[in-house]
Amino acid sequence: MATEALHTSPPDTWSPIFGRLNWGWIPYHEPILVGTFSAIVLGGLAVLLLMTRFRLWGPFWHGWVTTIDHKKIGIMYMALGFIMFVRGFADAIMMRAQQAMAAGGAEGYLPPHHFDQVFTAHGVIMIFFVAMAFITGIMNYVMPLQIGARDVAFPFLNNFSFWMTVAGAVLVNISLFIGEFARVGWLAFPPLSGASYSTGPGMDYYLWSLQIAGIGTTLSGINMIATILKMRSPGMRLFDMPIFTWTTLCTNFLIVAAFPVLTATLTMLTLDRYLGTHFFTNDLGGNSMLYINLIWIWGHPEVYILILPIFGVFSEIVATFSGKPIFGYKTMVWATACIMVLSFIVWLHHFFTMGSGANVNAFFGITTMIIAVPTGVKIFNWLFTMYKGSVRLETPMLWTIAFIVTFTIGGMTGVLLAVPPVDFQLHNTLFLIAHFHNVIIGGVVFGVYAAVTYWWPKAFGFKLHEGWMRRCFWLWVTGFYFAFMPLYALGLMGATRRMNAYMDTAWQIYFVIAAFGAVLILGGIVCGFAGGYVSILKRKELACGSDPWNGRTLDWATQSPVAPYNFPEEIQVTGRDMFWEMKQNGFKWSGHFHDIHMPKGTSSGIVLAAMATVFGFAMIWYIWWLAIISFLGCVAYGIAHTFNYDRDFYIPAKDVEANESKDAIA
Amino acid sequence: MTMIDSPVTGPIKGPEGPEHHPDHHPAHHASPTPIGFWIYLMSDCVIFGTLFATYAVLGYSYGGGPSPKDLFEPGFVFVETALLLFSSITFGMGMLRADKGDIAGLIRWLLITAVFGIGFIAMELYEFHHLIHIGAGPDRSAFLSSFFLLVGTHGLHVTFGLVWLFVLVAQIRMHGLGEANRRRLNTLSMFWHFLDLIWIGVFSFVYLVRLV
Repeated sequence: MATEALHTSPPDTWSPIFGRLNWGWIPYHEPILVGTFSAIVLGGLAVLLLMTRFRLWGPFWHGWVTTIDHKKIGIMYMALGFIMFVRGFADAIMMRAQQAMAAGGAEGYLPPHHFDQVFTAHGVIMIFFVAMAFITGIMNYVMPLQIGARDVAFPFLNNFSFWMTVAGAVLVNISLFIGEFARVGWLAFPPLSGASYSTGPGMDYYLWSLQIAGIGTTLSGINMIATILKMRSPGMRLFDMPIFTWTTLCTNFLIVAAFPVLTATLTMLTLDRYLGTHFFTNDLGGNSMLYINLIWIWGHPEVYILILPIFGVFSEIVATFSGKPIFGYKTMVWATACIMVLSFIVWLHHFFTMGSGANVNAFFGITTMIIAVPTGVKIFNWLFTMYKGSVRLETPMLWTIAFIVTFTIGGMTGVLLAVPPVDFQLHNTLFLIAHFHNVIIGGVVFGVYAAVTYWWPKAFGFKLHEGWMRRCFWLWVTGFYFAFMPLYALGLMGATRRMNAYMDTAWQIYFVIAAFGAVLILGGIVCGFAGGYVSILKRKELACGSDPWNGRTLDWATQSPVAPYNFPEEIQVTGRDMFWEMKQNGFKWSGHFHDIHMPKGTSSGIVLAAMATVFGFAMIWYIWWLAIISFLGCVAYGIAHTFNYDRDFYIPAKDVEANESKDAIA
Repeated sequence: MTMIDSPVTGPIKGPEGPEHHPDHHPAHHASPTPIGFWIYLMSDCVIFGTLFATYAVLGYSYGGGPSPKDLFEPGFVFVETALLLFSSITFGMGMLRADKGDIAGLIRWLLITAVFGIGFIAMELYEFHHLIHIGAGPDRSAFLSSFFLLVGTHGLHVTFGLVWLFVLVAQIRMHGLGEANRRRLNTLSMFWHFLDLIWIGVFSFVYLVRLV
């Protein structure tokens, strides 16, 4: 494959109709992209044909697209997460291959212009559209069930949030085939990301996709807090809530407090790029360090937004598979709350090298180390829950144990980095890369696999195929260690992040081992998907009741798959681990059901999000007429939506009764 | 459901109306809207907090351009402030009429509120136009960038509040003060007073302190 010595930008033109979009921005001369594009088009056409052939359009539109059912929205978030995960992983394995090749003067196969886009897209996609989609999906599915609610507080808003997240993801993916993506790293520090140094549309794809998806995330955060505060079953006090619900509450507090900062910061960068303001420029008083402070005031809570719900997932799993209540429930809650608060006062550790002086650095170094304390409390609580429990080593439990070990290693390297003098050596080296992959893969990714394996039977009524999921587990875990342990060594040897090529051939063997690890991970991902496919084929054999793991919390009191109304009647909660208590007391539904009041589905969410996508695209390409029309369209449609007062219906009691008795026979 | 939700016309009242939730919101489940809206306001507060912080950092970076003393006129800003504060009072009067079930009175006070709001926006637009005209636009210096963004974001919120107000007036005319419209009125009221509060911050920290 030919490498370009120098990248040449397409001609800089502007027309009233197409803005700055011209044929030069369509990458038909790049074989990798043309191949990907053809594969997606062919695959997409095949899906469209199959859906038409089997008449699935109606069920898809009415059952999924317009649904306001938190469970289906949760599943759609997970689907979005896995699709974007494939894209983000493709970027990862491209980088691993490039760095395994490009030693001692060799150039590899990715020119810098392309490599820079790949690492930016990898980071942006993995954080915003994979990890965020996963945790939002899990919270959406599980939390309302755990508190015994019918749905979230604002069901339409939930649908809208989801489609806005999809809109952002769509824009990122369009950048692959129309134009380019940013070449600035996942947090887009100015002045590199400003108008002078990032001239193409890539940086604008970054800004508009994150802004549009960010609206969805903030609204979803508000929704979930209101749900937990207002929709709990009668009798459920805050300290009766399952740990996962607690972590969801804290995470969404973080979302609501942190994401507005991101919105404001990206708005300022957008204004710098579009209107020539001077927030972060080098001239006329701009201050790029202000951007770096602001973005990390969002960015550090963000990593806790990702990990807190996963701590909750593991707490549920460890209690269930040890057959014991979680050890130290209250300390678990307080540890979560401490982490929530502390996560706002550590942001400066991301740039000790800024030169704020020894005292400021010492303050943030110490707060960073303190945050390891509540995290340690959690680790010990999980261990003590297992201690003297009757531990069942089912697949979710395997992920939990791998998490405890891996996350602890990642946490220790994090404490190392919290020491400012050490950080001066390791700042922006592969040691840092190894550290945060160690906690994000060892925490979030392992947790997502654990959660999917654990709650899959609840969502679909059958378990995932044990053999394939174990293959997935072993390949992932060994692959992780092969892929990231060499990066710690490389970082200590001085290898910096985001390098397209390097001169020292002694490093190459470590990069080759890391690439081998990435291949193992690829095997794990394939086994995971194969597991899903095989399980769907064998769903009759794998069918299980509504409570396959002997669960403890209210989510297991529902049918599997869960009925649209979740619970046929309200549950009077009297304490923690309510479902466990109900099972001890031989709980049965009364059988005297009432009509159940439910919200109606609506197409407003996807229509608004579609118009937002068009608006983002028009702004990216300076197509002003389209931007104005789509913006006014959004406003008008949003207002029209508020004129609809007919938003609910009733599930008749006899339908509820029929559905519940069906379950009793099975 | 069709692609575009068909609006319901005529009054909706009684237990058959859309806000009758015997199961969805039983007695112990009050509507989650007020708390949800409060949380939204707090998140908006964080946006303004970020913009205030930005103004605090960049507000002295004139880039060789004009400083607050060259640009701000205390009398002008005082009138602007008075307009907005009065609009909060008139909104409050409207809420009192609403409590009495006096729809005509409510709408009258809402429209008076809107007049004050439009006056405020008009003055702000005039100020922006004037500043840009004399070469003190947002691209002149970091100080002016942060000034325009903070004040402009507040102005956009007020504009949005005005649009919301007119839509709600239309909806109250169509459906009266059912539970849904009363809830919307309450949230708009919270929003409007919140913007007043933010403006007091803007008036103090952006204008007043910099003129002393």
